[in-house]
Amino acid sequence: MSWGFLCDLLGGVNKYSTGIGRIWVAVVFIFRLLVYVAVAENIWKYEHDEFECNVKQPGCENVCFDHFFPVSHIRLWALQLIMVSTPSLLVVFHVAYRENREKHHNQKLYKSPGEIDGGLLCTYLISLVLKTGFEIVFLFLFYKLYNGFKVPRLVICDIRPCPNPVDCYISKPTEKMIFLYFLVATSGLCIVLNLSELSYLIFKYSVKCYLKRYVKKHQ
Amino acid sequence: MDWGALHTILGGVNKHSTSIGKIWLTVLFIFRIMILVVAAERVWGDEQQDFVCNTLQPGCRNVCYDHFFPISHIRLWALQLIFVSTPALLVAMHVAYRRHEKKRQFRKGDQKCEYKDIEEIRKQRFRIEGTLWWTYTSSIFFRLVFEAVFMYAFYFMYDGFRMPRLMKCNAWPCPNTVDCFVSRPTEKTVFTIFMIAVSSICILLNVAELCYLLTKFFLRRSKKAGNPKHHPNHENKEETKQNEMNELISDSCQNTVIGFSS
Repeated sequence: MSWGFLCDLLGGVNKYSTGIGRIWVAVVFIFRLLVYVAVAENIWKYEHDEFECNVKQPGCENVCFDHFFPVSHIRLWALQLIMVSTPSLLVVFHVAYRENREKHHNQKLYKSPGEIDGGLLCTYLISLVLKTGFEIVFLFLFYKLYNGFKVPRLVICDIRPCPNPVDCYISKPTEKMIFLYFLVATSGLCIVLNLSELSYLIFKYSVKCYLKRYVKKHQ
Repeated sequence: MDWGALHTILGGVNKHSTSIGKIWLTVLFIFRIMILVVAAERVWGDEQQDFVCNTLQPGCRNVCYDHFFPISHIRLWALQLIFVSTPALLVAMHVAYRRHEKKRQFRKGDQKCEYKDIEEIRKQRFRIEGTLWWTYTSSIFFRLVFEAVFMYAFYFMYDGFRMPRLMKCNAWPCPNTVDCFVSRPTEKTVFTIFMIAVSSICILLNVAELCYLLTKFFLRRSKKAGNPKHHPNHENKEETKQNEMNELISDSCQNTVIGFSS
């Protein structure tokens, strides 16, 4: 079980997405998942070993690291990727439910089980709202937990058993900061894509609804 | 999810590329991605652990390493490879869109659709004409821009492509100017020069492909301008079929199909 599993799931989602949805899947695959696995994971690999405090007191480094990094950037990033990809499964489940229903009743109940209309449209819109919501929540979490997206070179730690305020040095702070900004940029791009897809779908189906009503009136 | 997944995604684009494009893709996968994964990552694997400074001052090593390597070579290469591969997706999306339109026509039972089944549509190779030509040419242009930008970033950040053995560091909390020693500098220099050389080859291939496409475009235009009475009967059956399919798609089924010669 690894990221390949998520890839397969998202590949399945691609089938029932709009054009913008497919661009979203491509952005998540290439600029978020691939960058995470191939590039970012290695930067944070030895973060605890390379976290150094200017003191010989045993336990001080551990305590300080735990204080400044309650949840590591890289773990938060992975959680964000998983949570943001999961709402798309609602659409897959709904389509599977439709197909099951058709099989059960042994007749064609829908024009096409994968076509985005009726109940499936609501599910799709809900999944878009959830995706955007998760993105914003995680960006806010990042901002709150780490006081912005900067990674300082030096932090001053004053927790027992450290005997006095000690200087602690974070490894590769500039590289980590660059990739955090990259994460924020791709998150922002995904939020923009989700909001455009939401507006596009709402607009398209409002026009469709309006035209239907208009034609009915005139008949 | 790793570089293999990128290979799968880009492999599909290979079918619709020119010969130079296929060579470019091969060079990318064998001489860049594979070298990165199999060799370069090992060379840079222990870079911070083995970055040694001539001081016992805690934190000095971390700070000096961060000062001299704001972003590691290996990460910059990986980002370069990702960005350089991405424009090919524009072509993949365009092809997928065309295939989708054809499948839609086929499902509607359109008389104009010349395919026997969905499988044929899936396997069909599109020629680089019409709007696909513009997409393809833009993707090559963006590739060139990304390659150039990353090569410049490398040169700018590391003052050339050589990895020195010794660096003098004066950043706080180092108590004075300390000597810091980089691990495996020669091996890193060799790989850096190798990657830059292959990057340059890729740039040349992209420029050649761009020139080839532009030449083909202008030749085709001058041919059309020179032969206004050009009749499908003079083309071979395969080309005519391809041309008409492409016209049909690019004009969104608005034009009527001119019957092709038997």
